Amino acid sequence: MVKTIAFILLRLIATLLAVTFLTFAMVALLPGDPVDTILGTGPRPPGIEEQIRADLHLDDPFLVRYVNWLGDAVTGDLGSSYITDQPVADTISQRLPVTAQLAFMSIFISVLVAIPVGVMGAYKQSKWQDSVSSAGVQVALSIPNFIFGIFLIWLFAVKLGWLPASNWNRLSDGVVPNLKTSILPAFALALGQMAVFSRLIRSDMISTLQENYILSARAKGLSDRYILFRHALRPSSLSLMTIIGISFGALLGGTVVIETLFAIPGLGFSLINAINGRDILLIQGITVFIAVMFVIINTVVDLLYAVLDPRIRRS
Amino acid sequence: MATTEFDDAQNAEIVSLTGGDTTPQDEFVVPQGVKPPRKSVWAVFKEMPILVKLSTIWLVVLLLSALYAQLDVRVFHGSLPLADPNLQLNGFNPKTGEFGTGAVLESPSWQHPLGTDALARDTFSRALHGTYVSVIVAVVSVTCGVVVGGLLGSLVGFVRGKTETGLMAMIDVLLAFPALVLLLALISIFEVRDLFVISFVIGLLSIPAYTRVSRANSLAISNREFVTAAEAIGTKKWTILRREIIPNVLPTLLAYAMVAAAAVIVVEGTLSFLGLSVQLPTATWGNMINQARRDIKVDFGQVLYPALLLTFTVLALNQVGDFFQRRSSHRASSL
Repeated sequence: MVKTIAFILLRLIATLLAVTFLTFAMVALLPGDPVDTILGTGPRPPGIEEQIRADLHLDDPFLVRYVNWLGDAVTGDLGSSYITDQPVADTISQRLPVTAQLAFMSIFISVLVAIPVGVMGAYKQSKWQDSVSSAGVQVALSIPNFIFGIFLIWLFAVKLGWLPASNWNRLSDGVVPNLKTSILPAFALALGQMAVFSRLIRSDMISTLQENYILSARAKGLSDRYILFRHALRPSSLSLMTIIGISFGALLGGTVVIETLFAIPGLGFSLINAINGRDILLIQGITVFIAVMFVIINTVVDLLYAVLDPRIRRS
Repeated sequence: MATTEFDDAQNAEIVSLTGGDTTPQDEFVVPQGVKPPRKSVWAVFKEMPILVKLSTIWLVVLLLSALYAQLDVRVFHGSLPLADPNLQLNGFNPKTGEFGTGAVLESPSWQHPLGTDALARDTFSRALHGTYVSVIVAVVSVTCGVVVGGLLGSLVGFVRGKTETGLMAMIDVLLAFPALVLLLALISIFEVRDLFVISFVIGLLSIPAYTRVSRANSLAISNREFVTAAEAIGTKKWTILRREIIPNVLPTLLAYAMVAAAAVIVVEGTLSFLGLSVQLPTATWGNMINQARRDIKVDFGQVLYPALLLTFTVLALNQVGDFFQRRSSHRASSL
């Protein structure tokens, strides 16, 4: 157990070093003078070149620069944007709650839809209900999330006029106005996960339903519904937990396109804005932040899994 | 009693096998093994379920139309019956020297089967040219992944040892990166706009996944008796890899490649939807969707056509990939 955890933590550190190094190298290895890339071709205020050179320690060797940059990054200093002058860390901490809310909502929606669909697929295995839900899963897996998002906009904003097509109301403006702007993007993000989750629940549930304790519960005369949701669901949801954790990481990337589509001021939208404005330090900062979050979340999932599953705990 | 009977039977068999007195040495026949005859493409097609058949037909039609669009531009210089994808039909046409009479957002007609877009360009022609972009992205990145990832995975799955530990640790690190974000950062920082370079970068980022798949298969195959037999008669490692491991890893890897191609096409669609793929005005399904979504209130069709193309293609690739996956796992179990 201790050995497993130590191994997982060691791997975390190695992965974090590699991920940060890659992100740093990407910017540091830009062809040409980084100062030119950062400033572009427009007119330059006097002294800014020297300032950038000093800020980025451009005169130091590559590895020294990496260690310095990493040291700053760990203390929350990712530099400041040369376009808005705002510290990168501030931008991230302002935008993160929006993206996190979207990610949580879409996971919630996917689980809410996937559990009944998956349980029904397992209960009615090889009957028409199962075929219909498997076909639905296949289709849901094949629709790219931005296309589903546009379809939702067309249906609910253009045709029915129930919800706004874009924009964002903060949670502090009230729950209902916030929900009005967040429900469509959350659904658009949730589609793929719904499919993956329900497929997983179905297959886990099928193997759980063959266990002896299910047979004995049935022999006691418990209702099918009670057995399905009280006895069988919990042991079938262990791999669901893992996949939820992994999806969280993947969602951080997926929000980029959905936030752009719905004009939501989250992390992904500011990444795209930074890219369009060639705000190199902001691109670097957000990329490294998302990557580190992704790695940490996956590790936490691994750890939880090691703690929860007795088979892994013992080995 | 039972054991003696069995022993007798076995002895009898051994006697009959080693009946060297009756069979001269030069008539010894090297056992050839049973190799089922290769099925023709048509035979494989016939055993597909109806949905997979339709998917295959769809994919072939896409390939042909991408080819047709490119032939029109590169070989026949626009003389084949297909509209110029970048010509604005309401503006000046340098070829005829006249002003066009087309309009923006026309509805479908015989002349323009999918209507025209917001700049009065023929949507059908743009969709065909967009198909070419998707085909290239899929082909280049899949080739990259299958060749590099397939070789690496087969090699370390067979050789094992420190090479494997080292490589798989690196692969784990690369898989720990959110691929889409890494791709966005790479493409935007280096300002990549060339179709082949973008495809190559996507391919490069997909190598870890291919390596994992082929390593898992190579591990399983390396433990099979025919590999042990080859080792026992002193076959060179490299020859075993080439003749026993790789041919058996490949079917599964190619089935995975189909599903991966679908994912790659979505990634390129996402990139061009965000305006970060090939340079405009080159048409891609993603940038067609992005341009048309501004007029969604007036003309939903312009969003719908490229969106359906993309979705059907992904669905078709997934179906065909699943079919070949089932087929190759069936094949592996009968080896």
